Amino acid sequence: MHVPDGFINAPVSLATGAVAASAVAVCLRGARRELDERAAPLAGLVAAFIFAVQMLNFPVAAGTSGHLLGGALAAILVGPYTGVLCISVVLLMQGVLFADGGLTALGVNITDMAVVTTVVAYALFRLLAKALPRRRSSVTAAAFVAALVSVPAAAGAFTLIYALGGTTDVPIGKVATAMVGVHVLIGVGEAVITALTVGAVVAVRPDLVYGARGLAKPLEIRRADGTVVPVEVSKAAPRPVRKIAGVGLVLALALAGFVSYYASTSPDGLEKVAHDKGIDTRTEQHAAKDSPLADYQVKDVGDARLSGGLAGVIGVGATLAVGTGVFVVVRRRRNRAESAAPVSETV
Amino acid sequence: MGAGHAHKLYRHARSPVHELPPHCKLAAVFCFVLVVVATPREAVWAFGLYALLLAAVAGAARVPYGFLLRRLLIEVPFVAFALLMPFVVPGEKVGVLGLSLSEPGLWGAWNILAKGTLGVAASVLLAATTELRALLLGLERLRMPPLLVQIASFMIRYGDVVTDEMRRMRIARESRGFTARGVRHWGVLAKSAGALFIRSYERGERVHLAMVSRGYTGVMPVIDDVTATRAQWTHAAALPLAALAVCLTGWTLT
Amino acid sequence: MTLSLETPSLEVSGLAFAYPDGHQALFGVDLTVRRGERVALLGPNGAGKTTLVLHLNGILGGGDGSGVGSVRVAGLPVTKPNLAEVRRRVGIVFQDPDDQLFMPTVREDVAFGPAAAGLRGAALEERVHAALERVGMADFADRPPHHLSFGQRRRVAVATVLAMEPEILVLDEPSSNLDPASRRELADILRSLDVTVLMVTHDLPYALELCERSVILSGGVIAADGPTGELLCDEDTMRAHRLELPFGFDPRSVVMGR
Repeated sequence: MHVPDGFINAPVSLATGAVAASAVAVCLRGARRELDERAAPLAGLVAAFIFAVQMLNFPVAAGTSGHLLGGALAAILVGPYTGVLCISVVLLMQGVLFADGGLTALGVNITDMAVVTTVVAYALFRLLAKALPRRRSSVTAAAFVAALVSVPAAAGAFTLIYALGGTTDVPIGKVATAMVGVHVLIGVGEAVITALTVGAVVAVRPDLVYGARGLAKPLEIRRADGTVVPVEVSKAAPRPVRKIAGVGLVLALALAGFVSYYASTSPDGLEKVAHDKGIDTRTEQHAAKDSPLADYQVKDVGDARLSGGLAGVIGVGATLAVGTGVFVVVRRRRNRAESAAPVSETV
Repeated sequence: MGAGHAHKLYRHARSPVHELPPHCKLAAVFCFVLVVVATPREAVWAFGLYALLLAAVAGAARVPYGFLLRRLLIEVPFVAFALLMPFVVPGEKVGVLGLSLSEPGLWGAWNILAKGTLGVAASVLLAATTELRALLLGLERLRMPPLLVQIASFMIRYGDVVTDEMRRMRIARESRGFTARGVRHWGVLAKSAGALFIRSYERGERVHLAMVSRGYTGVMPVIDDVTATRAQWTHAAALPLAALAVCLTGWTLT
Repeated sequence: MTLSLETPSLEVSGLAFAYPDGHQALFGVDLTVRRGERVALLGPNGAGKTTLVLHLNGILGGGDGSGVGSVRVAGLPVTKPNLAEVRRRVGIVFQDPDDQLFMPTVREDVAFGPAAAGLRGAALEERVHAALERVGMADFADRPPHHLSFGQRRRVAVATVLAMEPEILVLDEPSSNLDPASRRELADILRSLDVTVLMVTHDLPYALELCERSVILSGGVIAADGPTGELLCDEDTMRAHRLELPFGFDPRSVVMGR
């Protein structure tokens, strides 16, 4: 799924580049917080691991084989921030060293393969881990679902970017159907292997699985008469994790909505939209209303390509603004919570 | 510089291109590809000129054309995608060799093939003329966050170590008569992957100890600093500037 | 530095330490290593050797409240404010050179320590070259570490530490995984150095060859301390601490070349 140059037009490439850069910036701070000065060697080794594991071929049947993408695996094993960084670095190196994935498409590649897979997988994983009973098998099951959804989610993200800045007017419905269809299949393989790998690590070193940290048995105190008193541990659930989970869920929902919307629309209807160069969009009611991309061609601008590009930039800009807004709000709330924390502790 | 740092794409030679500072080359290649991507696809001749520009750079860098062409194979999956376009994209049909193909589809396929190929060729030239270490220094110089540069450099340093461990585990599996043949064996492979992760993570912790023992406090000490003179920047800028001229001509003519 | 020759390179006194999980590894270690001495630290697996080594440069302990006792390096106590200087003075060579050599080239790896201490430019190059020269690896400066043989990597690992001009060189299993020739080459290098050496090893002939004095760490305390030759001949002590000589090796028959 490494997108080459020329697949996505220049404005949208640059805009996704900006999105990817800000996501990576957020993760750099997050990883520093999670791993302090160990961040560089640990993330580097995990990146090397992901790089190696992508070379590990899993035979499917009769000579064909698949390999792991690793986003969900990285997120569950080392956490969302470090996971995003590891996959981003792998993609960057593949682009610069092996010409695998275009340089201008780096933003696209990082956004859908590093950010979307990791964040969606981690959000689902946390949610399921909370909902399921606290057992090791739950971790495996949650990892399975998380990985299963993360791959088509990335395909959905790609389709979304393609809708904004694709250089060819392939009907989006077809792109969505093909991309998501193929990637659901890939996702099954990814899910099985991710779940088995996470299961193997949990069995040996559960402490190394970031997503399974809540599984450790709580401390207990034994009284002389044999009664056991569990120690009250302050519920200091790491807030950033919740934030990531929230963002991931919203992202997953938005993608799901987008993809299902287009996948279910009849391709013929959309062909017409694409063909009519944006002027008839208004009359194609079902294609224009309620869609997150309703304005993907700006009204009153004659040239279809230009208007499409413009809409793309506006759309991504708006997404960025919203994203930044969310982070600013979250940051402010956290700061307030932190300044309030010592008070509550002394009470 | 010695013979170190050979990665798969690097071709050791002495040439004006090899000697350019890495950050100049990175910036030049990125701007070039951006210009190519921004060129209207109808200006077919412009892409021909871009190809000539790259051929000139390859000549100056003493990179054999055969090598360059072989490396272009990496695009194959997307070529397949591009070849499908004339069949699936709606629009006016034209007859080519007895097939009815859509005209916008053909344009789309051409667009992706031309721009994708030029992008890959430019990246291959960059990788062929720049050592790994220099690439990292160049990225750092271009203001990539230092933590990211560190992660990348650890990944490169330990990529081979981890891959070697994986290879040894495969040999150990095979010596005991196991070869993965199908889905039934995924469990075993996944266990290997899990073991590989544990080994990698624990090595990361040991590396951290070794770093701390030698005075690491979270910041990499400056050992090498790459600098570029104005003349070097000018040389590196020749490629994207020429491309920009072509691109602007393309926009005015179409 | 104006330190009299009387100041020992290493002074460990009453050192006890427990890991956060409650496992206690050291139960009051006292050890003094005079300047210029080469001392072998022997002991069975799980005796606390690695734990002790990690205390010497403050990776463990260092006044964080998890242990008692003190460590002084050339008179300087190992405490938080002194850590940078302590880590410059104590050079630890870890067992796996792949862990130790984490930079992309040999040259940068050797430069890492001095550069972290603030050395730059020509002085840094000079230091790197001198250190590589001392282990006979100067011709490999621009090679990436994973292109070297295991023995060469171990020698570069020693150079990375020598470049910091340490007061004391601490080696963890220096002879492990080396072929006989590399083993001898490393011994020659270690003998040629005029620094204090503390060598953790299971390789008793190597200890006898290189170190005039040995200490046995067993059960978290120093169980024996004396000339290497005498210790290796003391069969009761040896057996009590699970130390065994290789088949056919008799320390009495070894004629020391010194």
